[in-house]
Amino acid sequence: MTERIKVGMADMNVVRSPGVLVSLGLGSCVGIALYDEFRKIAGLAHIMLPSSKMIRNNENKAKFADTAIAEVIAMMTSLGANKDRLKAKIAGGAQMFASNNKASNLLKIGERNVIASLEVLKELQIPIVGQDTGGTYGRTVELYAETGVFLIKTIGHGIKEI
Amino acid sequence: MDFIDGIHLDVLKEIGNIGAGNAATSLSKMLSRRVDMKVPEVKIMPFNQVETVVGGAELLVVGIYLEFAGDIEGTILFIIDKDSANNLLSLLLPDHYDRGKADFSPLENSALQEVGNILTGAYLSSLSVLTGLNIKPSIPALAYDMAGAILSVPMIEFGQIGEQAFFIETVFIDGFDQVKGNFFLIPNIDSYPIILKVLGVLK
Repeated sequence: MTERIKVGMADMNVVRSPGVLVSLGLGSCVGIALYDEFRKIAGLAHIMLPSSKMIRNNENKAKFADTAIAEVIAMMTSLGANKDRLKAKIAGGAQMFASNNKASNLLKIGERNVIASLEVLKELQIPIVGQDTGGTYGRTVELYAETGVFLIKTIGHGIKEI
Repeated sequence: MDFIDGIHLDVLKEIGNIGAGNAATSLSKMLSRRVDMKVPEVKIMPFNQVETVVGGAELLVVGIYLEFAGDIEGTILFIIDKDSANNLLSLLLPDHYDRGKADFSPLENSALQEVGNILTGAYLSSLSVLTGLNIKPSIPALAYDMAGAILSVPMIEFGQIGEQAFFIETVFIDGFDQVKGNFFLIPNIDSYPIILKVLGVLK
């Protein structure tokens, strides 16, 4: 039986092959997938907000792009992954509802989450080898530690692998 | 949220009762059939568990979303599952609705938006009368997607404050059990003391 670990909102986890990390129904949140294809170790963060630096109540590291990525890397290296070999793929960051009269900050959060995730990965010099972000629809994602495949399922917008 | 005690919860529940009662009456007129509601619940729970309230993160639902502003601010989300949305549309648009399609036509979209308008208008106007506060809703926006993705919008707002979601939830069911919806009134955290103060239960 393949181990399937659910990663909820503002949560993160790591797994060895043949494990699979799953996040259901990503909306404006971003799923940040990291993997070491040699050691076959994967990590997934399901972040809600761009930065821990703008928020006072920031103990939950999994909630923010900056702290979640750093923490997932630490968890992966403690399992035996090599930081220099990590590759990243990201998905999510949709705008679920079109904003009408005023440009609602809340509704644009998906885009800001994507930008922040990319910036943090770039700072840490982790190559981003796949990206499926934006749009106006939700995504369920599955990250396979065996292959590093990041499977993205949607309602009415197809299934894809990145 | 530390200021909230038992009496405050009862008052918030009563607000939900009055608002939802009016909303049920309006929906009932629109559909020309009986609409019941369950007793509203004031819920405080970890934001990543809210999806269980509507039946799971991957459940396909219609979400009608709007924001309100004025003396108090917040968001409203009305969530109905796919079958309920189909049944609702066949009541509203007997000639137009095509059951075979996976998505909704512009006409069906605006019919669902109108349901959001009617429910929200009735709910907020009774809240406004009760409190004397000025509350203006935005135009409703519609999404047809996974419940988790739709709920991520208000949950991110809670994420900026802490680990808990705090909302007033009411379940509406029509007389024939064909349409069931979860109505979430989600005032901003700063708005709760304002509501409780004008009602005289918080100094």
